[in-house]
Amino acid sequence: MTTTPVPETRRIEVRRLLGDNPAIVLTFVFVGLFIATDIVNRVQSGHAFATPKQLSTTFLYAAVLGLIAAGQTLVMLTGGVDLSVATTVTAAAFTVSRVGTHGAAESIALALGVGLLIGAVNGVGVSIFRVNPLIMTLGVSVITLGLLTVEAQGQFTALVPDFVATLGSERVLSYIPYDLFIWAPIAAVIILGLRYSGIGRMIYAVGDNPVAARLGGVRVWQVQLFVYAMCGVLSALGGILLVGFNNAADLGIGAPFLLPSVAAVVIGGTSIFGGSGGYAGTIFGALILTVLDSLLVILNASQATRQILYGLIVLGLAAIYARTSSSS
Amino acid sequence: MSEPAATTFGEARRQLDVRRLARRHGWTVGVFVLLLVIVLYWRSSTAVAWGPFDVQSVAIDAMPLAFAACGQAIAIISGGIDLSIGSLMALVNVVAARWMVTMSLREAIFFMLLIVLAGALAGALTGTLIVVTRVADIIVTLSMLFVWAGAALAVMTIPGGGIPPRLGTLVTVDTVFTTWLPAALVILVGVVAVVWIPIRSSRLGLALYAVGSNRNAAYLAGVNVARTRIAAYALSGTFAALGGLALTMASGIGDPHAGDIYTLNSVAAVVLGGVSLLGGVGGLIGPIAAAFVLTLVKTVLIIRGVDQNWAQVIQGTLIVVVMMLGGLALRQKGKSGT
Repeated sequence: MTTTPVPETRRIEVRRLLGDNPAIVLTFVFVGLFIATDIVNRVQSGHAFATPKQLSTTFLYAAVLGLIAAGQTLVMLTGGVDLSVATTVTAAAFTVSRVGTHGAAESIALALGVGLLIGAVNGVGVSIFRVNPLIMTLGVSVITLGLLTVEAQGQFTALVPDFVATLGSERVLSYIPYDLFIWAPIAAVIILGLRYSGIGRMIYAVGDNPVAARLGGVRVWQVQLFVYAMCGVLSALGGILLVGFNNAADLGIGAPFLLPSVAAVVIGGTSIFGGSGGYAGTIFGALILTVLDSLLVILNASQATRQILYGLIVLGLAAIYARTSSSS
Repeated sequence: MSEPAATTFGEARRQLDVRRLARRHGWTVGVFVLLLVIVLYWRSSTAVAWGPFDVQSVAIDAMPLAFAACGQAIAIISGGIDLSIGSLMALVNVVAARWMVTMSLREAIFFMLLIVLAGALAGALTGTLIVVTRVADIIVTLSMLFVWAGAALAVMTIPGGGIPPRLGTLVTVDTVFTTWLPAALVILVGVVAVVWIPIRSSRLGLALYAVGSNRNAAYLAGVNVARTRIAAYALSGTFAALGGLALTMASGIGDPHAGDIYTLNSVAAVVLGGVSLLGGVGGLIGPIAAAFVLTLVKTVLIIRGVDQNWAQVIQGTLIVVVMMLGGLALRQKGKSGT
């Protein structure tokens, strides 16, 4: 009867609207950040940042993170997390350049195979042996990096096949990056697959309540094995595009993608506990982080600052999401 | 009539005591047996006479991990997990190496006390964030892992710095009473005894185990859950700072990436040391012994001519296998419980 409840309910309505459609907020954030970067760039160097060329570059850069974060989204939807994505990226990138002399097809196939293997090992550990996902993936990541270091000490000719280099760094019609032709279909498959396919619904079910899912007849271990294996493959794909972009692989190539992959998923509104969210939000997360990264480069921020910032972003967003979900 | 009943009761009780004792300490004893086996294997695999120097080098190598394992054990016993241990150690390492290099021994020791205090505060901050934001321990400590790692990079991008020479020899050369008892081991045991034993037997110690085994029951029993969890992370930060200092004294320089492996290895040592990842079970002696086991495995492999990176791979594989077996054991337990 009083006037006070009205703004309260309106605020809840707004919150619900935004909660149901994170894309609205995220689009605003993306555009806002893009404009902010433009202003900073104009002040710093007098050049505009908000150009079609830069937008296209943003998508070109974002594809790598977008693919890695796609795997991370699937894993996090089941309530897990994969800390081996960065070394999987490195492993795939290294594999491509290691066997690049054998041709593009063979090196890509082998790199994807390496990703699948790493993902499958993670999946077996988490699903069958019930190892804490963090520990399992961290352990696998240490092993992988050790193996790569051993392998890198051997004699070989490093070569990134032209096809991979083109895929990872060039554009058609001067504005459309080639890697978008990989990323866009995969994104469509994941978004639609999560919504309509059986396995997609089961991923949500497992993340929401694994016990209920099991009692409901879902073979939880199969779903977990599937998401970790897919995460390995998608990270490897990201690694292939990355090595194509850099045209060379070193053992630190994947490391900067670890926290951004988690951050992109969290920004996109996928719950850390699993069961809610989706890939559409993650795509925005990847785009936002890519622009943020450009902004930080323009501002001359060090690797140290970026790491601290990413840590705080994940923490802050997790806190906000925890608050909104507990209040509703 | 009542007398035989009493005897059987007493006997049953004694049996129960033995069983309880075995269940409580069996795992720790097992870890020590494993340690003994590895030491004997190591002993048999070197042709050179075995001397106090070997004992000393193992103690130095294992000290950082032993401290990290203690911190991780307390976090896990209280029902959490601290993924930020490794990077907090790295931060302490670079801060110590950057500013202690020009100090006298006395100043350096004072500075180290300050660092340990700062470590406790850093841990308390992590704990407070977990309690206040109600975000999962794993996510908060993962974020803090990157925050501390970034801070370490800000202090020092490439390895450098140093420590007063006397401070280095204190840990790497000095021995107590006999040449077979390295100062590093004495410091480790002494610090753990001074910090942990009083806490373990106090109200806080009981609260840590209570919160770890059943948070709601602990709350209903009147334990201040929030304060206990913050204290657990403060202790974890304290031990991480000690581990970082041990790392600095052993290596003599600062390296922003020196702590990378300690997050995983500390969890591995804790699990191998008989602490349940579910919380509420275990102590610090097991994890310390496990830290020595993990360090020795790598040492033995390198002594046997295995490439350092291969040794890393084998150690990592061993850790993963230990985790898998631990997971399997947990699963069996869960099955028998339901």
